[in-house]
Order: sequence, then structure tokens, then C-alpha cells
Amino acid sequence: MTAVAVDKVTKVFNQGRSDEVVALADVDLVVEDGEFVSLIGPSGCGKSTLLRLIADLIPPTAGTVTVAGQPASTARRKQEYGIAFQQAGLFEWRTVLRNVELPLELRGMSRADRKTRALEMLDLVGLGDFTGHYPAQLSGGMQQRVAIARALAVSPPLLLMDEPFGALDEMTRERLQAELLGICAKTGTSTVFVTHSISEAVFLSKRVVVMSPRPGRITAAIDIDLPSRDDAVRQSEEYFAAVTSVRRALRGGTVPA
Amino acid sequence: MKWVRGVLPPVVVGVVVLVAWQLTVQIGRIAPFIVPSPLAIWDEMREQKLNIWTAGLASGENALIGLVGGTVVGILAAMLASRWRPLAEVSVPFAAVLNALPIIALAPILNNMFETTSSIPRRLVAGIIVFFPVFINTLRGLREVDPIHRELMTSYAASTWTFARKVRLPGALPFVFTGLRQASSLAVIAAVVAEYFGGLQNGLGSRITSAASFTAYPRAWAFVVGACVLGLVFYLAALLLERLAMPWKSRLIT
Repeated sequence: MTAVAVDKVTKVFNQGRSDEVVALADVDLVVEDGEFVSLIGPSGCGKSTLLRLIADLIPPTAGTVTVAGQPASTARRKQEYGIAFQQAGLFEWRTVLRNVELPLELRGMSRADRKTRALEMLDLVGLGDFTGHYPAQLSGGMQQRVAIARALAVSPPLLLMDEPFGALDEMTRERLQAELLGICAKTGTSTVFVTHSISEAVFLSKRVVVMSPRPGRITAAIDIDLPSRDDAVRQSEEYFAAVTSVRRALRGGTVPA
Repeated sequence: MKWVRGVLPPVVVGVVVLVAWQLTVQIGRIAPFIVPSPLAIWDEMREQKLNIWTAGLASGENALIGLVGGTVVGILAAMLASRWRPLAEVSVPFAAVLNALPIIALAPILNNMFETTSSIPRRLVAGIIVFFPVFINTLRGLREVDPIHRELMTSYAASTWTFARKVRLPGALPFVFTGLRQASSLAVIAAVVAEYFGGLQNGLGSRITSAASFTAYPRAWAFVVGACVLGLVFYLAALLLERLAMPWKSRLIT
């Protein structure tokens, strides 16, 4: 079964008004089960819009979005995906533990069960010792890890991430990338990951989808085949070759190999 | 040590002001109907302490009932107004008019609407005065929802009511307490001053007017000090409640 199927989707904002914007035009995208796909492109290319369409946070103007074999709206109501944004978006009045518990709470899980589950998730992101802290007491990187734990808490078959590491420093970013890959491999989660960092997209993804703006559309899809997914691979020939091919696709083929 | 440094300066300044006041009155032979000396006021306070206490309790009760009533109505109104935008558009100017109205001026009218033995007029005045800051602040807080929180709750398929309970209300708490802090002192002022215009005469306000009309100025001042302390108690209670209700804020300060 496919995790996500986007079929001929067009999204127009402010339709029929003078400030009408065609954010996405005729986009097709398929994400297989367990696949890690990155969406990359310059600002305004509609990559975040595409992610929000998959999440059913906004409706498409034309075309259909299918998540786990059902319409996106049904999938959202059944909490078939977890989502994380560039800002952690934690609820400042809830402790770290209660932040991770929230999606479970809304699913009607019992108090004891959701506590066990949330603690498990916080251990996974290495924050087991900070369960009683409030978000404002944590660093940006730690907050982002809480947000990822929260996204993973409902064990969603699909993970949607909108530049989740965008606001972090390079070192934290690379550590979290490795952690995320480990978690996805362990849980078999399919992931759609929005980024504007070429190296990040290459390191994480099985496939990098390149987009271009005005109107937003997919211009290339590059399969990434790396020998491994650890820090050593960041220095390898294959890695640099993949970075170059993505960069070339982004520039429309004007960069020499 | 840090504590001492925070408390010492205001205490020193306070003592200096009191001593200067005492000396000015004594040496300058200022008549007590202009300003009585702090020692004279202190003597009256000791003599009248039981009266100040009972009158303070009566005024405090009125202020508290007005404060609680006005706050509850203010928060509920803000919740309704934030839920339906047209209602907010109508209610904000209405609330502004209510605020521009000198509520105290309503006291004589309200006093005539009820029996002279009724405590309701003073409590109503306090409640109406409290309503506005609580309503406006809460409404602003309820409207200011982080767009990410909104999207997250949509992704959790949360109902409107769940969204209000889990996100809007706790998010609005800092605003509610900003309103409540303003309202706490206002409630005391309203409860005391409302008595100047008749109605049941058992609070601090009536003691101040009657002492003044008997030219017992130090005694009038003693009750004014009582009203001042009462206002302070209300303000501090509101502050304490704020810290208790929002541990995620206070834990950062300590």
C-alpha cells in the first residue's frame, strides 16, 4: 500500500481575487510505505503547502490527496499521521511529559497508558530526565526533540515534517538527523520531510523531490543510494555526487558535474 | 541577602518620609484638618482597631463578591465574544462605553433601587468596575492563539470545545491575570467609595465620611489607612493566585 498519493493536485490561494496565487499546479507525488521522501526547493515553491495538503490542514483546489488508502480528511480524523513544524510549537503551560501526552489524551487513551507511552517516546529522543520540565526551561534543540516525540507518540504510520531542524545550529541539526533516521528505521514510519537544505535532504532521504516556484510544481525526483546512513557517509563520494545532482536539479541543470 | 536588598530601600524611604511628615506637622504647627501627624493617625488606629477591622471585613466582603462576580461574568462574556466574531464586534464598543461611564456615578442610583439595608448596590458597583479589565484582557488572550497550536489541534482532529479547553483558555491565563490584577484594587476602591453615596453604612467608606464630618481627622485617616491595606491585600492575593495558577511562569522566576 502507498503511504501518500497526491493526484493532479492544484492549490490556488485567494481564488478569483486580484491577489490570486497559484501555489501548486498539477502536482503528482507517491510515497511508498516506509519510504523517506524530502521536498526541496526555494522559498515559495509550495513545498510547505504540499505538506499541509497531505495533512489536510488546507483543502486542495483540484485533485485528490490519499493517505494510507483513504481521503486525507479521513486520515486526519483517524490521526494516521504525526506532524512537526519548524517551531516546536509546544504548549508552554504543559510539562514536557504532558506535551507528549496531548495527542494520546485526545485519542482517549487511559492516563496510565499514555504516561507509559510518552515516557517511552521521551527516552527515544533522549529526554527521559526532563519529563517534569516546562518547555521554556529547555534549549531550542531539546524543544524540537519534544515536538518530534509528540509527533511519534501516536505511532503514526506517516510522519510529516516541515523544516523541523531549520532553526537549529549545525551540530544539533546533524545529531537530530541521525536520531530521526534511527527512529524511522526502527518504527518503519513513512516520512515526508520539507527542507531547503540540500545536504539534509540527501542525508535523510531515499528520494529527493525537487520543486520550483511560480507556479509550484515538481521538476525532478532523484533517488538517493548511499552505502550507509551514518556520519561517515557525509564524507563519501556517493554523498557528494548526490548533493551535486540535487543542486543541479534545483538550478535547472546549469551546474557542471 | 538578595531579599534584604529588595526590601531595605523601600522600607528606609518609607521611614524617612514618615519622620519628615511627623516633623513637618509638629514644627510647622499644621492644623490636623489639613494633615494630621503620622503618630496621631497611629494612635487612632490603635484605638479604633476593632472598628477598622469590622468595617474592613464588611468592605472586603463586598469587594470580594464584586470581584468574583465581575471576573466570572467577564471571562464568560469574553469566551462567548471570542466564539462568535459578530458578538465581539458588538460587545467591545459596548464594553468601552461601560468603561467610559464613571461607574461610581451609578452608586446613588443603585442605592435608591434597593433597600437601604441591602449590600447589593456596593457589590454591583464593584462587579461592574471589575468586569471591563477582565473582559477586554481575556478576550485579547483568547484571540491570540499561536497558528502552530491551531494547526496541531486541527491535525489531532480536536473539537472546538476541546480546542477552547486545552489551548485557548490556558493560553489566555496570563491575560486574565493581567486583568484580574488591575481589577483587584479597583474592586476595593469601588466597594469603599460606593458608600459615600448612601446605602448600607457599615464599611470603611461610611467610617471615613462620618469621621470627617465630626472633624475627627486623624480617625478619618486611620480608616483611609485601613482601606489602603485592604487594597494591598487584594492586590497581593491576586499576585499569589497568578503564581499558583501558572507554575510554568513562576518556576522561571525562582
